[in-house]
Amino acid sequence: MNEKPEKLIDKKGLRLDGRKPDELRPIKMEVGVISNANGSAYIEWGKNKIVAAVYGPREVHPKHLALQDRSVVKCRYHMASFSVQERKSPAPSRREIELSKVIRESLQPAIFTEYYPRTMIDVFIEVLQADGGTRCAGITAAALALADSGIPMRDLVVSCAAGKIENTIVLDLFDTEDKAGSADVPVALMPNLNAVTLLQMDGILTHEEFEKAVNMALEGCKTVYALQKEALKTRYLNVKGEVETETKEEEEAEE
Amino acid sequence: MPILLEKRQLVVPGDLIAEGDYIAGDNTYKEKDKIYASRVGIVEYETKKVDVVALKSFYIPRMGDIVIGTITEVGFNGWMVDINSPYPALLRASDVLSRPFKPQKDDLPQVLDAGDLVVAKVVSYDRTHDPHLTVAEPGLGKITRGQILKVTPTKVPRIIGRKGSMISMIKQETGCNIILGVNGVVLITGKTLEDEQLAMMALLKIEAESHTTGLTDRITQMLKEEKSKRGGKTE
Repeated sequence: MNEKPEKLIDKKGLRLDGRKPDELRPIKMEVGVISNANGSAYIEWGKNKIVAAVYGPREVHPKHLALQDRSVVKCRYHMASFSVQERKSPAPSRREIELSKVIRESLQPAIFTEYYPRTMIDVFIEVLQADGGTRCAGITAAALALADSGIPMRDLVVSCAAGKIENTIVLDLFDTEDKAGSADVPVALMPNLNAVTLLQMDGILTHEEFEKAVNMALEGCKTVYALQKEALKTRYLNVKGEVETETKEEEEAEE
Repeated sequence: MPILLEKRQLVVPGDLIAEGDYIAGDNTYKEKDKIYASRVGIVEYETKKVDVVALKSFYIPRMGDIVIGTITEVGFNGWMVDINSPYPALLRASDVLSRPFKPQKDDLPQVLDAGDLVVAKVVSYDRTHDPHLTVAEPGLGKITRGQILKVTPTKVPRIIGRKGSMISMIKQETGCNIILGVNGVVLITGKTLEDEQLAMMALLKIEAESHTTGLTDRITQMLKEEKSKRGGKTE
């Protein structure tokens, strides 16, 4: 399992898990899974399993961290000790602290933080099972949880990665490809505003390859966005019915 | 070029609702002549103004709102009150005592202590200051008896019903007094515990079935049936 495979792409041009170079892993999303949180979402992205929860806006603790003109966004990305093959120490590692920051900065532009000054918005991302591309799946789930919590947002945020394995640019690398491949480019996007909020590159790519990878990742983002929107709408379709009949009744009464 | 979604369509944050010369209303925002939704909700519009009715939101204080809160902290000259909102509310001692507050004479925890519930009115709130409450009006003050029920703040209008039809019907049928906090906390006080439970049952039914039509009539019927059942028992 941990050995490096000989070939990442077979003669037919298919990858180790049978995907085409520009194919995403199967994605499943659910909104409103944690009743204690103000908003929450669960995502299954290939073998990744991630829960995201949002609390707030709420009082800032410690108080001196509060900002007078906007709310503070806090983010914690954490991998469960059982999320990988070898037990991971539950203490936040260097990588997790960095990812928390990167994810926070990719979500912050989407939130109207200036609406609720002197408050704090807490975002928790818990990785239950990891198989490469957890930051992308985490961002996608966290954006859903934010929307579910009723915090006003400019747009949803979707994220997807592209990378290079054996001189081919491919979409959405999983763990083995990520480790054996030569580059990984995660991208986060606000699809309606067409604004990129996260762009990283790990590895070496030429200009042309980089451009191709970014464009491929952006295409992937758009596909994921459709799924994300659908998940959110499914959750709120029954709630919609409630308000609908209310307004209908009101109108009837007016007539 | 005005493009509009149909009325009552479900939107998620970032969805484009209108383009052109429109006014961005509730839960929307405008950027470069385009109006987008900022919350999950239902599109509603009048001639020039575009609104989104939010399906999930939290309570933001407004001046004049009647709220029900819990005392969380006794301070030097007042109390901190949790009103189910991102901001804690302040209640001043002089306001509750209705005379100047003397720290040597008055013992604040004896007047109101942590955990006590109060019905209060928001007197001031803006983005730079936490909300201030007052109880110096008839009907406001410490809650001594009754039942407390929490509902989602977005469902408060449904409990009120159109022009207060639902709430007044429940009051009449159960003989209970109901105070509806705009922050989603409801206080029910009746003559007997059974009356209160009856009113609570009705309110819970509203929360669970708030999406169905003809709810007011069904609640009336349910209350009448329950009352006759109980009346039969006591006789």
